[in-house]
Amino acid sequence: MGWLPEAVSTYADRIDGIFYLILVITGVIFVVVEAVLLLFVFKYRHREGRAAHYTHGNTKVEIVWTAIPALLCVLIGVLSIGPWLEIRNQANIPADAYAIDLTAKQFEWNASYPGPDGRLGTADDVIKRNQIHIPGDRPVVVTLRSEDVIHSFFLPEFRVKQDAVPGMEIPVWFQATRTGEFTLACAELCGTGHTRMGGRLIVHSAEDFNAWLQSEGAGPPLGPRVAEASAEDIPDQEASADVPSERPVAVGTASPSTDHDHP
Amino acid sequence: MTTQAAALDRGGMDATEVGMGVYNMKLGMWVFLLSEVMFFTSLIGGYIILRGAHPDMFAQPGVVLNVPLTAFNTFLLICSSVTMVLAFAGIERGDQAKLKMWLIATAVIGMAFLGVQVYEYIQLSGHGFVPTVEGYRAEGAPLYGTTFYTMTGFHGFHVLMGVLALWYLVIQAFRGKYTAGSHGAVEITGLYWHFVDLVWIILFTIVYLI
Amino acid sequence: MATTMTDAHAAHAQDHHEPSFLRKYVFSEDHKVIGIQFLFMSLFFLMIGGLLAAIMRWQLAYPTDPSRPLPGAGLFPETMVNAGIILPEFYNSAVTMHGTIMIFFAIMPLLVGVFANYLIPLQIGAPDMAFPKLNMMSFWTAFVAGLIIMAGFFVEGGHSAAGWTQYVPLSADPEWTGVYTGQQLWLIAMTVLGFSSLMGAVNYITTVINMRAPGMTWLRMPLPTWALFITAILILLAIPVLTGALIMLLFDQTIGTTFFTVATGGEPLLWQHMFWFFGHPEVYILILPAMGFVSEIISAGSRKPVFGYNAMVLAIVAIGFIGWIVWGHHMFQSGMNPTLGMSFMVTTMIIAVPSAIKTFNWLGTMWRGDLHFHTPMLHAVAFVAMFVIGGLSGVFVASTPVDIFLHDTYFVVAHIHYVLFGGSLFAIFGAITFWFPKMFGRMMNSSLGKIHFWLTLLFFNLTFFPMHNLGIAGMMRRIYDFTQYEFLTQFQGLQVFISWSAFLLVATQVIFAFNFIYSLFKGAEAPQNPWHANSLEWTAAPSPPPHGNFERTPTVYRGPYEYSHPDAADDYWPQNAPGHAAPASEPAYAE
Repeated sequence: MGWLPEAVSTYADRIDGIFYLILVITGVIFVVVEAVLLLFVFKYRHREGRAAHYTHGNTKVEIVWTAIPALLCVLIGVLSIGPWLEIRNQANIPADAYAIDLTAKQFEWNASYPGPDGRLGTADDVIKRNQIHIPGDRPVVVTLRSEDVIHSFFLPEFRVKQDAVPGMEIPVWFQATRTGEFTLACAELCGTGHTRMGGRLIVHSAEDFNAWLQSEGAGPPLGPRVAEASAEDIPDQEASADVPSERPVAVGTASPSTDHDHP
Repeated sequence: MTTQAAALDRGGMDATEVGMGVYNMKLGMWVFLLSEVMFFTSLIGGYIILRGAHPDMFAQPGVVLNVPLTAFNTFLLICSSVTMVLAFAGIERGDQAKLKMWLIATAVIGMAFLGVQVYEYIQLSGHGFVPTVEGYRAEGAPLYGTTFYTMTGFHGFHVLMGVLALWYLVIQAFRGKYTAGSHGAVEITGLYWHFVDLVWIILFTIVYLI
Repeated sequence: MATTMTDAHAAHAQDHHEPSFLRKYVFSEDHKVIGIQFLFMSLFFLMIGGLLAAIMRWQLAYPTDPSRPLPGAGLFPETMVNAGIILPEFYNSAVTMHGTIMIFFAIMPLLVGVFANYLIPLQIGAPDMAFPKLNMMSFWTAFVAGLIIMAGFFVEGGHSAAGWTQYVPLSADPEWTGVYTGQQLWLIAMTVLGFSSLMGAVNYITTVINMRAPGMTWLRMPLPTWALFITAILILLAIPVLTGALIMLLFDQTIGTTFFTVATGGEPLLWQHMFWFFGHPEVYILILPAMGFVSEIISAGSRKPVFGYNAMVLAIVAIGFIGWIVWGHHMFQSGMNPTLGMSFMVTTMIIAVPSAIKTFNWLGTMWRGDLHFHTPMLHAVAFVAMFVIGGLSGVFVASTPVDIFLHDTYFVVAHIHYVLFGGSLFAIFGAITFWFPKMFGRMMNSSLGKIHFWLTLLFFNLTFFPMHNLGIAGMMRRIYDFTQYEFLTQFQGLQVFISWSAFLLVATQVIFAFNFIYSLFKGAEAPQNPWHANSLEWTAAPSPPPHGNFERTPTVYRGPYEYSHPDAADDYWPQNAPGHAAPASEPAYAE
């Protein structure tokens, strides 16, 4: 039977944590409610001479079982806000994230890397089809575009999913916790070939990634990661025009860039 | 007998009054108009979102659209609401002649409104302002024409339906179907007509003036 | 149908002038006949939707496996099934049309078209709907929509393949799916169906507000009527928004407007916002009536008043209001502003509460009751058990971070089926067996009903529960061939298991169909009030009720759930019985 795939991004554990919290809460409610239901089904089934208890309800009980689910829902909601904003709020994209462009079209993913000029979106960009190579020692920000219909960028092991919408540029960031090869999938019905719009995401160590860049004739090798670096110091910063340049470098503890230093 | 049962029974006697005190046709028209509100909200909402997203694709007021002409047309439609009220006031007093006269006036003004709208469409499309992809490159993009024709077109369609209903009322009025005591059809057609008028004032404001 | 109706009506026909066959059974203005017409039409579409699901499940069990050709492959043209292999184009059409047909042509008309029409006038003590002619037009408009949607299967290019949500630009341009005519027929059929729903909604709302019998105050209305009333309001306000969106898309495709064409300024997310602004109220349109039926059946089956009637009404009304501000939770991963996503998560968490209240109140109704497990009661109790699962799985996808992973996976498929099948459809089966005697004057066979119930419950869970696991493992929805993904190949065996459970689930419905048809002709004669219920359709009208429903307008003295009242002579106390003692009862139908 299926269970959550291995978690290999820095925030995957936080998502899984909320998943398990909800699983426990709903699991308890599920067991209690179904047990009570079964109990009533057997205990109060019709027998000769049984008379039902006449009552229209009880306001106190009513208030209690309104308040409990309300509190639990508020709890789950409040706990969800932090990770959600950490993952999705553009201000929280780590400043030193390595930028890649990813353009979806029927039925392929095209990842662009800066060419020798070190800039994305220029003629010398290196484009890989259905293969995304990323460095494992730093966050990555992928700018999603679509040339035709809506696709959805899905990395199950990373707990990453984001629609690629034509006419929009949507940045998605994540950081791997280990090197290896992982699944890339399209999660939004995008036409007849939707089913084969898969690929691989390959996480390299820092050295391997530079070697890979070189072998592909792509942009300048990445230096050692500087977590507290200012925006100007990051080689590919200006190239990723889609990431707002005025965003804060590190936003308190919400930004993982301060939590996970380079190894 | 318990007091609870007594209360239940008393309630039964007291609570015989149900309903809104409005006859079905009128209530039904109100309910229907609520759904019409949502329909026009969807069109206008779409327009506002598209215009908010691409302000450069929409011309400034008066550049493309003929505002004075449409202001006159708006005036016409407001007049027709007044004549509709006069028709209704006439039949409420049992005055058949007033009913016929003002109904015809309302229908004619409604047709005049449609006539002006058709004239406007012909003028605009003559200048290349059409609802399709081919349309209106001069001002940037066809989104302007797309939303303009859809919104005003659906309003025009509603006016046309109203005009048909009005002519039906005129025929029935000449057959003497409406009396001081029985003229529900006049009242609910009036409700519809005022609603269509109101929608136009909103459309005129956001499409032509803002 | 006609024969039974003749039998049924002949006994009770009180009309001075016998209307022609055509006026009586085809273009009838009688709300009961119209309800029954909707019943036959939507059961037909339920069958079509089920067969489409079976086709999908065959593909998922044996993806493009030439050694396992689709049974009956010869019935399909080569553009759909080639050499026994289901083509991806047809698979996508089946996915789209299974959703469309089940939601709009089966569940929605079963809940609303059938029961709002049939029950509202009977339960509030009215002779008919406020606008009988409009009511008739509502059915025939839906019928035309049904013809148009079916025509889509037979046109070149096949039926719409953009998913029931019809996200643009996929649905906007035939270039992306290869579907042209089918796509437009889809849009036209849905627009026409919208008009049908609107006519119905205007009718139901006016009727409930204006035509209640003396004494039928708001807080004495049976809960099915309450639920259908709020549902009608949701339909009234939601459908026009869908119509607006459908018209925009249709214009984009036919006359070349550019609402959703990105290159010329169109906005794909505008479609999603409009669709889900309609779509989320639609979700409640599909569950509120079911909740109403279940409340009625559980109260009658437990011989106890509904626990917390006022809270139940409040919960229905609250869902009706809050349902308007949660639509964005379908769009967490759409590229919508994350702050907006956060707000939608909060409203979504709030709307879980009224559903929880209702569940606890159903348990409260059963508590210390005298539970009679006839077929409708079994279905109603199963509704509660299954709806709990569907409701709780909703909490997972309501949490925005968890939804990042679960969105567009089989977890969502499991969730929607626990709500729409485990929920709505179980309630529908319960409601059909419960009101069948009133509709046709005959009882449905109880043994067949119970066999159908237990097998459906079993195979339903075997089919849909494992889908939670597929979703948790990351399997995407709407995937033609999951074996293309290495991480999903481990589920080959589970897929076969799910598929065969689904086939058996579909096959089990033959029992229901047989029971339905058999009971129409050969069922035991139904007494006026077989369940010893309190509401007016049972206590003031024969089975089936004649044209005009009641001989005299009933007067209502109390709420509909006065079961086991200490002052009443019997364990039920009809709403229209004056005084303090119930009349001598006729024998209950023995299960």
